[in-house]
Amino acid sequence: MYTQKVMEHFKNPHNMGEIPDADGVGTVGNPVCGDLMTIYIKVKDNRLADIKFKTYGCGSAIATSSMITDLAMGKTLEEAMKITRGNVADALEGLPPVKMHCSNLAADALHAAIEDYYKKQKAKEEAKQ
Amino acid sequence: MTDKRRIYMDHAAGRPVDPRVVEAMLPYMQKAYGNPSSLHTYGQEARKALEETRAKIADLTNAEKKETILFTSGATESNNLAIKGTVNRYKDRGNRILTSSVEHMSVVNSCKYLTTKGFEVVFLPVDQYGFVNLEALEKELTDKTVLVTIVYANGEIGTIEPIKEIGRIVHGKNAFLHVDATAACGQIPIDVKDKGIDLLTISSNDMYGPRGVGALYVKEGIRIEPQLHGGGQERGLRSGTENVAGIVGFAKAAEIAKSEMKAEGERLTKLRNHFIEGLTKPIPYAFVNGHPTNRLPDNVSVRYSFIEGESMLLSLDLEGVSVSSGSACAAKTLEPSHVLLALGLKHEDAHGSLMFTLGRQNTVEDVDYVIGLMPGIVKRLRAMSPLTPKELNS
Repeated sequence: MYTQKVMEHFKNPHNMGEIPDADGVGTVGNPVCGDLMTIYIKVKDNRLADIKFKTYGCGSAIATSSMITDLAMGKTLEEAMKITRGNVADALEGLPPVKMHCSNLAADALHAAIEDYYKKQKAKEEAKQ
Repeated sequence: MTDKRRIYMDHAAGRPVDPRVVEAMLPYMQKAYGNPSSLHTYGQEARKALEETRAKIADLTNAEKKETILFTSGATESNNLAIKGTVNRYKDRGNRILTSSVEHMSVVNSCKYLTTKGFEVVFLPVDQYGFVNLEALEKELTDKTVLVTIVYANGEIGTIEPIKEIGRIVHGKNAFLHVDATAACGQIPIDVKDKGIDLLTISSNDMYGPRGVGALYVKEGIRIEPQLHGGGQERGLRSGTENVAGIVGFAKAAEIAKSEMKAEGERLTKLRNHFIEGLTKPIPYAFVNGHPTNRLPDNVSVRYSFIEGESMLLSLDLEGVSVSSGSACAAKTLEPSHVLLALGLKHEDAHGSLMFTLGRQNTVEDVDYVIGLMPGIVKRLRAMSPLTPKELNS
């Protein structure tokens, strides 16, 4: 049912964990639905210097979380905002149709983390003024 | 196939066919392949086998005579035939059907379908263990109730329903009792007369017979409307040339189940209790689903907080262990199992369930191997989960 690639990421997920002093945090999903994802980012010179994730969910939820950290690491924030759910699924060599919507939330979580970063930056600038 | 250890613990989903069953079936595929409706020698050989097997199925369930047993294509068809066939035949008596909230989908969806045809269906509540609420049954059982359909023992959580008590209540009114014994039959003794069962569903594969064969017991004197119309086989109630080889295998499986039930039931019960303890005691926030002891000998259903079932299922599969999860993700729908939700579990708790169903080839070594794997799997997934309380990860 799952591709080799999905199982590799499920077995050995990349960048699992938290960033205590993260510049942005994004959480999407709901435990009621069986999937909840949090992405933590560190930003340096407008690039993603570090990304970590924590995920509650099925195999594809964990694999997509791991994959998004690989896809986004080192990218500019603008580039990272352009990564789609489809890109994540393609990089995993496909997801079962039933999982495309319920568990493929990693791109949304990353975007939420970047938006959180922008919001915090804006708040900081406003505080300075 | 690799040399890696492989342990199968998903017997509720499918069982291997007993080699003695395969042996019994072969002659009916290769030699006595006639159609039981034919008058010639080949046909009559098949007919003879068919009637002998009917007697064996009747014997397993203590049915009054072999003619009360109808062969079908499996439990789903038996449940459909029992429910639709009874309420359609007796619709002059009323339009009300009572069932429980822990039924198999073939019962749930047959009942739901009937609500589009003018029938009224009540899904009776169950308690935290999955026992049907008998007060609710008494209250909802009106004069317009035609049929009550209740599972003998639920396949997901193993809880064995108080069928005799239910039968007594149902027969206090002018209603029929259908019981889905798919998961129970072959594991625990079933006596239709003693329990007051009017219609009973049983399945071949659930007792190590071939797939695609089942039976429906219909008490003498009860008439049902057929679903399949054709050549009038099975007393006109289920047309279609009989699957003789499959039915012979089914009967052999029933015969073996009956003779080995006591010893195997005792062995599995011991194994099950040891397994439940080993899966829950050493791990914090681990719970058993269903009743701790009043459950099928093969059923071990547990849940772990803060993690999701499919990721546990995959982790076990990587170690060569095949199980089922009660979570949405492993199934075709996105909802967790309706059975687990009926127990009053929250969605996120239901999602964290794992179901092991043991079988004849499972040993205490198998069980201990899985008990040994579980703490590591749970720990790894909890470390990944944002829901896990901090103190559990330290």
